[in-house]
Amino acid sequence: MNIAFIIYIIGWVIVVESVAMLFPALTGLIYMESTGLYYLGVAAFFAIIGLLIIRKRPEKQQIFAREGFAVVGLSWIFLSIIGALPLFISGEIPSFTDALFETVSGFTTTGSSILTDVEKMSHPGLLWRSLSHWIGGMGVFVFILSIMPLAGGSNIHLMRAESPGPQVGKLVPKLKDTAKILYTIYATMTFIMFVLLLIAKMPVFDAIITSVGTAGTGGFGIKSDSIGSYSDQIKWIVTVFMALFGINFNFYFFIIAGNLKEAFRIEEVRWYITAILISIVIIAFNIRGIFGSLYECFREAAFQVSSLVTSTGFATTDFNMWPPLSKIILVSLMFMGACAGSTGGGIKVVRYVILFKAIKNEVASYIQPRSVKTVTMDGKPLDKDIIRGVLVFIGAYASVFSVSLLILAANGFDIVTNFTAVVACLSNIGPGLEVVGPAGNFAGFSDLSKFVLIFDMLAGRLEIFPMLILLSPRMWKKFK
Amino acid sequence: MKIIVVGCGKVGISIIEQLSLEKHDVTVIDFKADIVTDISNRFDVMGYVGNGASAATLAEAGASETELLIAVTDSDEINLLCCLFAKKAGIKSTIARVRDPRYSEEVSFIKEELGLSLILNPDYDAAREIARLMRFPSADKIDTFAKGRVELLKFEVLEGSLLEGKSLIEIGKIVSTEVLICAVSRGDEVIIPNGVFRLEKGDMINVIASSQAARVFCKKIGIETHQVKDCIIAGGGRTAFYLAQQLLLSGVDVKIIESDRARCESLAEQLPKATVICGDATNQEILLEEGIEQAEGFVSLTGMDEGNMFLSLYAKKCSKAKVVTKLNYFASNDIVKNFNLGSIITPKNISADLVVSYARARQNSIDYGESNVETLYKIVDNKVEALEFGISKNSPVAGVPILQLKLKPDILLGCIIRGKKMLIVNGQSVINEGDTVIVITTRKGLKDIRDILA
Repeated sequence: MNIAFIIYIIGWVIVVESVAMLFPALTGLIYMESTGLYYLGVAAFFAIIGLLIIRKRPEKQQIFAREGFAVVGLSWIFLSIIGALPLFISGEIPSFTDALFETVSGFTTTGSSILTDVEKMSHPGLLWRSLSHWIGGMGVFVFILSIMPLAGGSNIHLMRAESPGPQVGKLVPKLKDTAKILYTIYATMTFIMFVLLLIAKMPVFDAIITSVGTAGTGGFGIKSDSIGSYSDQIKWIVTVFMALFGINFNFYFFIIAGNLKEAFRIEEVRWYITAILISIVIIAFNIRGIFGSLYECFREAAFQVSSLVTSTGFATTDFNMWPPLSKIILVSLMFMGACAGSTGGGIKVVRYVILFKAIKNEVASYIQPRSVKTVTMDGKPLDKDIIRGVLVFIGAYASVFSVSLLILAANGFDIVTNFTAVVACLSNIGPGLEVVGPAGNFAGFSDLSKFVLIFDMLAGRLEIFPMLILLSPRMWKKFK
Repeated sequence: MKIIVVGCGKVGISIIEQLSLEKHDVTVIDFKADIVTDISNRFDVMGYVGNGASAATLAEAGASETELLIAVTDSDEINLLCCLFAKKAGIKSTIARVRDPRYSEEVSFIKEELGLSLILNPDYDAAREIARLMRFPSADKIDTFAKGRVELLKFEVLEGSLLEGKSLIEIGKIVSTEVLICAVSRGDEVIIPNGVFRLEKGDMINVIASSQAARVFCKKIGIETHQVKDCIIAGGGRTAFYLAQQLLLSGVDVKIIESDRARCESLAEQLPKATVICGDATNQEILLEEGIEQAEGFVSLTGMDEGNMFLSLYAKKCSKAKVVTKLNYFASNDIVKNFNLGSIITPKNISADLVVSYARARQNSIDYGESNVETLYKIVDNKVEALEFGISKNSPVAGVPILQLKLKPDILLGCIIRGKKMLIVNGQSVINEGDTVIVITTRKGLKDIRDILA
């Protein structure tokens, strides 16, 4: 293990986080709220520590897959602990476990909250929660890779461990340029959304919170009813942008490069859009008794579908009251999640597509045992290792899910609550159903359950294995 | 600069490594998925799995914006086809590896007809370098600059040598020849020396000189300089063939030991003047029988690094011959440096250096409108670069005595080439427009002569 290099990278993570903390501090200044000072203090303290660490680059910069996973897993833990400090110290969230839960929920773009009344929060606190969505959405490492002076090609391991999807590749030959392109697309889209929200007459602070929360597919709001009380126009803007941020960013890269053919050849994107449209139509007809007009049904269905499939977790209505068919569709979408290479969570559409193709092949091989077939994706044959990786991932996901469910069951809530609470965290959605529904929160769980859910959120965001690897004793042996 | 490399063999990887170190945007194409994955994990490059000699694959790899394509698959024909398609796809410069001796007569014809910028033949280039060493055996390594007018020679300072314990100023007084000691490696350290630097036993010194001056210099410090009279080549591959061809031309008796009879016959047919021995070179008796103890030159060119190492160690032990060892895989191995293997030649690195020097020249013509770096050599285990710069009009270094130029540390002006003359630089020298200047430096990535100024 290249410990020196791991510490160096964590130093960078701390510096980036300290800089990000200046924004809530600034907000405190604008609204003349004293909580901003806590952010300034924490930022200054950790900026010094971080700068001391990164002052000297380690001589050996060679890292391998193992360091890539370790550094990403560890950094996210540090990121969360430091991020929780100002919320805890300022007293806005008096329990450290709760503050940590809230921060992890922010960075992993989950959006599950333990706050019983979000409207009591100060402006700096609200901004920090939502800003963490934006940072966690595209990823801290993708950002660091775009600014850090690094030599060598092995840093692809960092990006691979953090970015979602079974095949993480580069857009252009240089990793640094790839990272820059991703962040440019991300920032530009966020800005466009912010401007559109302003045009739709949303207040500036609300527009900032909503646009960064949507971009990271996070879902922290500033009102108890999330987006429910805003105008129709705003609801539609949020609906469309949530769906857009759930699309594989390769799609945008191809479009910018003028390569439309290549962009629409991405099967995942086509399936993603198809799944969204079908779900909207079914749900819209299923809930037509609840709302006055068919238009309203479609608006609500579209918003909720877009919100849950991308793992954002904003809500315009309490879908907990919807009929079972709609709820089942929504929960299924929560498992599936958005596209790989997007800011969304879940198992990812591409894995579903590969899974179904593998099943189809397997069925065919039972009927005609001697037939030879390869699984293709986007017009290219898929490597057996990738298919195996997908199957193992889905298996691991299910295992983590069951173990978490078992531990949560001790809280005494009903099955639906426990079940959806785990999905909501593991898929980085935010709200679930019943007690943890859009109108509820996670405050009622025991500390142990909260830690399990914290682990689930991190595992979900980093796609299980970086977190599981940290738990493996083999990882930490000097020679194995 | 955007570069596509097709083929990830030994030479391909060596080229990819160098080019990605030079911060080029490198895209790699190979039809083996696992190799491409491995390469994109090791270097900051983009990988594509596919056939490089396919217009569709090239288009996908972004051929339309690419400046340079290097085809180094193991098939000459695919390489040429690749370059042909690349030209059609709009890539301006193409480099192909063509190594089959059957094409070697027609290299310039192929180059011209297909519009190639460069043809790589690692075996031939390695043979040329070995032949140079055999003509001047006291040097450990010889490079040439400025179309052969300037040589860069590497020597070891032996115990009891005239050079031991002397400062460079004192040496200058003793030899009073136009030579310049431009880089010294001592242990793992590389030093660009100044006048008061003292040489020690075991230092490897790099000397810039014209070919005549180099010989005078060696005589004055008491080193034999005559060409070897005979040479044993162990292994009869392509490099051996090219080497024998060149040595025979300069009148060296050549003896090739090769174990495969068919290959022996074909060598004997192509090289009637050489003695071809069919036998296993790793067999000491055969070596003794063929007179290794009296040989003046010994080159181990078998396909196995380990075999070559042992052959050379044996040759060093039982003879006074000039020994050259070909190493492919262990070339950068630190342990190998501790062995007494004579001069080490690594064909893939020779090719990679050629490509890098070409890429630099291209990059320069993009950045500055006209090419500025003419050749680039990596010397002393790639730790030092020797670059050749053409001096254009209004260059800030022209017309000023060298003493008055404020140079960055670790930069040495080696020599000036004016017309056909080569001048070793001293403080009073003045660079003129139209000169070519050789700069020695441990800094990487110099692109323009302006970069040497502080």
